[in-house]
Amino acid sequence: MDVIIESLPQYWDGFLRTLFLAAVSGIIALVAGTLLAAARVSPVAALRGFSMAYVEVVRNTPLTIAFFFAAVVLPRLGVTFQQFEIAAIIALSAYTAAFIAEAVRSGVNSVPVGQAEAARSIGMKFGQVLSLIILPQALRTVIPPMINILIALVKNSSVAGAFYVLELFGYGKQLANDHGDAVMWVLVGVAFFYLLITVPLGYLAHQVERKVAIAR
Amino acid sequence: MSSVLYDVPGPKARRVSLIGSVIGVVLIAALLAWAVMTLGQQGIFQAQRWAIFGQADVWSLIANGIGATLAAAAIAAVIAFPLGLLLCLMRISDVAWIRIPTRIVLEFLRGMPVVLMMLFVLLVFATSSFIAVVTGLVLYNAAIFAEIIRAGIQSLPRGQREAGLAIGLTSFQSRLTIELPQAVRRMLPSLVAQLVVLLKDTSLGYIVAYGELLRAVQVMADFLGPQFLFPVFFVAAAIYIAINLAVSRLAIWIERRGSKKAAGGVAKAPTAGVSTVVK
Repeated sequence: MDVIIESLPQYWDGFLRTLFLAAVSGIIALVAGTLLAAARVSPVAALRGFSMAYVEVVRNTPLTIAFFFAAVVLPRLGVTFQQFEIAAIIALSAYTAAFIAEAVRSGVNSVPVGQAEAARSIGMKFGQVLSLIILPQALRTVIPPMINILIALVKNSSVAGAFYVLELFGYGKQLANDHGDAVMWVLVGVAFFYLLITVPLGYLAHQVERKVAIAR
Repeated sequence: MSSVLYDVPGPKARRVSLIGSVIGVVLIAALLAWAVMTLGQQGIFQAQRWAIFGQADVWSLIANGIGATLAAAAIAAVIAFPLGLLLCLMRISDVAWIRIPTRIVLEFLRGMPVVLMMLFVLLVFATSSFIAVVTGLVLYNAAIFAEIIRAGIQSLPRGQREAGLAIGLTSFQSRLTIELPQAVRRMLPSLVAQLVVLLKDTSLGYIVAYGELLRAVQVMADFLGPQFLFPVFFVAAAIYIAINLAVSRLAIWIERRGSKKAAGGVAKAPTAGVSTVVK
């Protein structure tokens, strides 16, 4: 167990970097995913088609493939990164955006039809209906699934550790190499720090879900 | 598809939408053209780079990769499902000393990255990478299956259980013979959707050096030379997407079939929601 206390500085650094990766990719994915969802329900056929193709392809692509592409294939095509973090953020946000888009779309579908009809009957245009009436209500319903996607994002960021980014998993691998005799404790320590993020978030999702359920 | 969000377009709106479509197509096409040009400048489209797909060896390596991927997924799914059923029964047990520890274990398994579990099994138990991959997948997906089935049981009308108890079944018998079969049927679409996640997660085996499809790509690129990385990678990614799309379609088909049947009187099955099928 001593190895956990000994390695606390590395754990802490990895913990912060995992949070950083998840936060930055999460924000990019939220914006991109909402735009994709808006495109998916828009009257413009080309945007609908593009959004649908993107979501279908990305949701069925393993995350490891996305990482492999960003970290290994892109550099050999001449797109180089100063830091692998950037490749990791690209892969994570491009992947997560597809799931956010699906969540927002299901939220849009959950808003009662009468809302849109009422908005249109007083003369609102598509953009107004979407931004003033539908999306504010839709986003409220999708907060719990959204939090669940963010939990998945935190866990998914561990793949970055396998692609040269020193976050929690990356440090875990390194520490496991250095402490061959205490591998179990090293990894238990890593697991603890992941649970420190994911379990409270899961609890939050559950609470919000109950609140929303009562409101409806 | 008519949408409630906008009217059936009139001539003016159709023109605006057409212009929008054209601009959209032009933008997307420009983006694609730029990507293709950049790739072309790197010599990606030289015929010799793609000629390797004329060789039987390349395909046999790819086939090995697919085989390893599917084997890990199939074995993990076959073990994880019954284990998930068992965990679900324990999670909703009337006995507190079974229910509470199970709950803690499930929270633990769901909150951890799958790849960390694989690494743990690989290093701590010094197993083969195949066993590490399968064990990681089994532990994680059994926990998810358990939660999906629990959601299914909770969605059943209370009378189902009450009727079971009233005719003298024990609590356990009612769960096993009345509630569980209905819950599994209701949640079949979510369970199949979770299979896509499981299949995708086999590619984490790449990280613990299991010889699945992505690892096969890496091995081939190392062997043939880096200039062949993109073609092989491209083909492997296409194979992954094709397999997963097929399973996704199956889930949607089951869902449609289920809701058609549900229209005949039985309450509509709840969608387990995005929460259970993310990742």
